[in-house]
Amino acid sequence: MVINASVAGLVYGCGVFFLWKPRSMSVSSPIELVCPAGSLPALKTAIDHGADCVYLGFKDATNARNFSGLNFDPAQVREGVAYAHARKRKVLLALNTYPQTDNWSSWTQAIDRAADYGVDAVILADPGLMAYAAKTHPQLRLHLSVQGSATSYEAINWYRERFGIQRAVLPRVLSMAQVESVVANTQVEIEVFGFGGLCVMVEGRCALSAYATGESPNCNGACSPGKHVRWEDTPRGMETRLNGILIDRFSEGERAGYPTLCKGRFEVNDETYYALEEPTSLNTLELLPELARIGIRAIKIEGRQRSPAYVAQVTKVWRAALDKLNSGGGAGFSVLPAWMAELNKVSEGQSHTLGAYYRPWK
Amino acid sequence: MKLALGPLLYYWPHQSVLDFYADLAEAPLDSVYLGETVCSRRHELRLDDWLEVGKVLAAAGKEVVISSQALIESESDLKTLRRIVRQHDFRVEANDMGAVRLLVEAGVDNWIAGPTLNIFNPTTLQLMIDSGATRWAVAPEMSGAALAEVRAALARPIETEVFAYGRLPLAHSARCFTARHFNLQKDTCEFRCLSIMDGITLRTREGAPFLTLNGVQTQSARVHNLLGDLPAVRASAEVLRISPQGAHTRQIVELFRAALDEQRGPADALAASREWMVEEPCNGFWHGRAGVEQYVAA
Repeated sequence: MVINASVAGLVYGCGVFFLWKPRSMSVSSPIELVCPAGSLPALKTAIDHGADCVYLGFKDATNARNFSGLNFDPAQVREGVAYAHARKRKVLLALNTYPQTDNWSSWTQAIDRAADYGVDAVILADPGLMAYAAKTHPQLRLHLSVQGSATSYEAINWYRERFGIQRAVLPRVLSMAQVESVVANTQVEIEVFGFGGLCVMVEGRCALSAYATGESPNCNGACSPGKHVRWEDTPRGMETRLNGILIDRFSEGERAGYPTLCKGRFEVNDETYYALEEPTSLNTLELLPELARIGIRAIKIEGRQRSPAYVAQVTKVWRAALDKLNSGGGAGFSVLPAWMAELNKVSEGQSHTLGAYYRPWK
Repeated sequence: MKLALGPLLYYWPHQSVLDFYADLAEAPLDSVYLGETVCSRRHELRLDDWLEVGKVLAAAGKEVVISSQALIESESDLKTLRRIVRQHDFRVEANDMGAVRLLVEAGVDNWIAGPTLNIFNPTTLQLMIDSGATRWAVAPEMSGAALAEVRAALARPIETEVFAYGRLPLAHSARCFTARHFNLQKDTCEFRCLSIMDGITLRTREGAPFLTLNGVQTQSARVHNLLGDLPAVRASAEVLRISPQGAHTRQIVELFRAALDEQRGPADALAASREWMVEEPCNGFWHGRAGVEQYVAA
């Protein structure tokens, strides 16, 4: 019998073999902290500050953070996997964009490489790719990306039945009661976003960037891509444009933010305001006991495009919060003001929201 | 080539909806998609009412399709979805994978793979075909060239439907942007989107129409219009979808029919449609460009 090291979970570290049983396999296991790694330094930072898993992407359009200067080449993935496994942590590889006919083989090759590098799971959105992965690399663990737009247990169970997915990342649209219903009606582990930039639209169902620029998260791995951005200092104030379309204008003293198109100020019936969403970050720290109670298996921190300093700060706070939660079994958990202060420092717009978990947000 | 009327994306008063479909029953349409796809709070017509409208249209010789909601959030959404799958009078358009699962489970083998399923390559499309899809309504953001490549790679063709006219449904959210505009929450929205026949136009701070607020859905402000591109579109699709608008939908349908029957040339038909459009046209998606563009080949 041949045992594939990445299957059985045999990890070589500190000169001895030991059996690594992923913590997520038992029902009572603690929530995993899944942190962003846009670069090798960010990966090491996340792991050093207590991430259970890191997620990353290749340097191409196969993932939804296809930004220049970000992501991993093959040698960096290998080094990142070795670094994580030596510390009993996991590496998840995001291949969560939708391939087309002419570039299909780039995505399947990416899956082959992921399996070869020994990553612990691939995060996919496209059903065709899942079919390929399940057939070609049956030992490779599959996670359904948030870009798959699965918001109900019926949808998630379809991916489970067809491709054997073991985890699904929920779009940021459901209330706590709705998330609880999903968890209760599927065997698939549920991962939710805990912190970071907030997509106000259902992920995987948003063509706003494609409409404005021709490049979309779905097909190009980018939203409001930098090459279409223009900053112009005008007599009316600093103007930010996306492919020529005015996204916002900032008066003197206002901090001009990046023109993510759903977070600009627009005119509706002669009123100028953030018509879709303010520049703000999701922060669900205060919901941790509730998320644990309903059986959430992993919390994802957004921000592969952010610096290692951001990763360090956010990972440190969430690690501390999860450790406190785990030590008390959920009882007596309270959010320390210092945690919120640290997180607000790195929040978009220096503010935060509970998003769809908070009914009035809708 | 068939003409299909897409699902009504706006929230109109009950009688307006009935009048609209009574009028369109006389129009040169082959298929009509019915049902609430945007927001489960909208209840001027409930599923039973839609099925009644469907019977009238079927009696007028139209193929009727019931479209499922694009964003499923609650158990009550799932309940409606199960009822849609269980009815056997009309075909079903699946707009999320939960609908696909229920259709497969029910053994339905003639459903329509809707535009929000994110089918971008032949492998995924083949999976849908193997699961019982017999028509593919293409995501509007897919270009004509990419669409042609998918079709060419299939072992056997599938009837293909292209979004040919209307404000583009670009995004869905848990948040209601219409309620937000009126400083209301979704749970207590007072149904303020009722009677806003074409949604609310969102403009840039320079006054340029950019997007349209339609409850939890965000649309383009411009009207995607492929009348000028029909010769190319015909080669890659068997069905054209026209999305209902507040007024003159029938004139638009008739214009498409005349253009397909070659009673009018593409440029002429496009020019004639301007009279009936709520905003400037665009066609960038079809040409693999930014959707907002109105692209004319040199």
